[in-house]
Amino acid sequence: MRPGAANIVQFENVGLRYGSGAETLSDLSFGLAAGAFYFLTGPSGAGKSSLLRLIYLAQRPSRGLIRMFGEDVVTLPRARMPGFRRRIGTVFQDFRLIPHLSAYENIALPLRVNGVAEADIDTPVREMLEWVGLSGRAYARPATLSGGEQQRVAIARAVIGRPEILVADEPTGNVDPDMAGRLLYLFEALNKLGTTILVATHDLHLIPRVHHAQTIRLDNGRLDNGRLDNGRLEAAPR
Amino acid sequence: MALFGRGSGNWLTSAAGRRLLPEGWLSGPMPWVIAIMMFLMVLAAAAGLALGFAARGLDSHLSGQITVQIVDADQARRDATADRIVATLGKQPGVAAVRRISDGEITELLRPWLGAGLADNDLPVPAMIDVAFVPGADGAQRAAEAAVLALGPRARIDDHAQWLAPLAGLIASLRWLAAVLVLLMAAAAAFTVVLAARSALNTHQATIDVMHHLGSTDAQIAQLFQRRIATDALFGGMVGLLLASLVIFAVGDRIARVGSDLIGSVDLPLAAWGMLALLPLAGTLLATLAARATIILALRRRL
Repeated sequence: MRPGAANIVQFENVGLRYGSGAETLSDLSFGLAAGAFYFLTGPSGAGKSSLLRLIYLAQRPSRGLIRMFGEDVVTLPRARMPGFRRRIGTVFQDFRLIPHLSAYENIALPLRVNGVAEADIDTPVREMLEWVGLSGRAYARPATLSGGEQQRVAIARAVIGRPEILVADEPTGNVDPDMAGRLLYLFEALNKLGTTILVATHDLHLIPRVHHAQTIRLDNGRLDNGRLDNGRLEAAPR
Repeated sequence: MALFGRGSGNWLTSAAGRRLLPEGWLSGPMPWVIAIMMFLMVLAAAAGLALGFAARGLDSHLSGQITVQIVDADQARRDATADRIVATLGKQPGVAAVRRISDGEITELLRPWLGAGLADNDLPVPAMIDVAFVPGADGAQRAAEAAVLALGPRARIDDHAQWLAPLAGLIASLRWLAAVLVLLMAAAAAFTVVLAARSALNTHQATIDVMHHLGSTDAQIAQLFQRRIATDALFGGMVGLLLASLVIFAVGDRIARVGSDLIGSVDLPLAAWGMLALLPLAGTLLATLAARATIILALRRRL
């Protein structure tokens, strides 16, 4: 089998440079296996968010090859991007909920974008609200929700379309430890359904809580394959 | 890709889609700017159409006609020449009608200048013959003129089209001016829509980014905006049409009171009103296309 062929995401010698500055990401080569759970760690400024931007197709790399779902996305025509993005769920650090829509409508948005008939939207949205514990807040607008509730709405929106890969940028950064544990539980549940999970986090204490998770550590824009503070050897990034 | 497509974008025209852009319709100045432009556009178009119909009326009534004047101090000779010309032209191919203008009609024509006593004095008045030609009868007018000069070498021939040429030229120029004004107004309206669409894109940048990340196509996002802009443009267009119609009715009433045949021929038939009524719809289509093109071009600059 060709190396990386079974991976849902494959990076080969990827570099990213903003403008004419130094490379933010350099020589990244790794793969994410379909159905696996990954943590992406590293200090502030290591390039975690930039790496995630490449994966959720908000940015093209300056060099190298990125394959997703078996196709080269570096040269992917722009017209095909929406189809790929619908296969990726993204939880942003700042949630990016649409402020004038209710929690229900924010969660329903991916289904509507994907052309799901209105009659088929209510049931999955209500199930998702139930899943994230927000059934009673369905019609609340984001401004009236707490940080944790907004985060759960963002997660529900990211997963309602059953993406093949979920990318979450510091999803526990705005919530207390108890809520962080509950969010991780949601990610694990989704992972059990077959979705590949990639969670970028500063919080190394989260990592041992997902026993089967593998860790990718970034430092100064490069992969760092050393040991983590918790002493567990991270999986080889490919 | 449908302008107001169904397919995967049909929810965008539903209440759920409308809620994506929070402010209601008529929320900005655009409908009122469109209303002002449509008002001016309808007035310019009405003027152009009225002049066009007037020109067509002048053309059908006065072109293809000549008036023959027989100037001879001897009344018996003048009448004899006139009778011969009427008889000869009546047999000419391509001549639709020949009519000698009666002395009574000539007296009426000259009354403003020479007073009521024309019939009582010896002032020689030319005999006048109106000749109308069959439309499209090439060469008939030339043949008739030759026959007239053969029968009465001193006869004068007035070609109506010739003395109406300056007026026709003026009308044609005014029609072009009206057409240019309509086009300029349409262009200004389109530019207004472009600015409004760009402004809307900036205002709703965050929503668009989220939509893009969720996999929205450019067409879906454009549809959100173009629907709103089309609604505003239609409203503004109808307001402009209504106001312009009131002005046109008022001006038409004033023209009718002038009582001049020439000015009175400047009129708007039903067909012209139909064309004017189509302007707001054309404006809405133009606004929708301009909005769509602006938004899609702007979105294409992003990944």
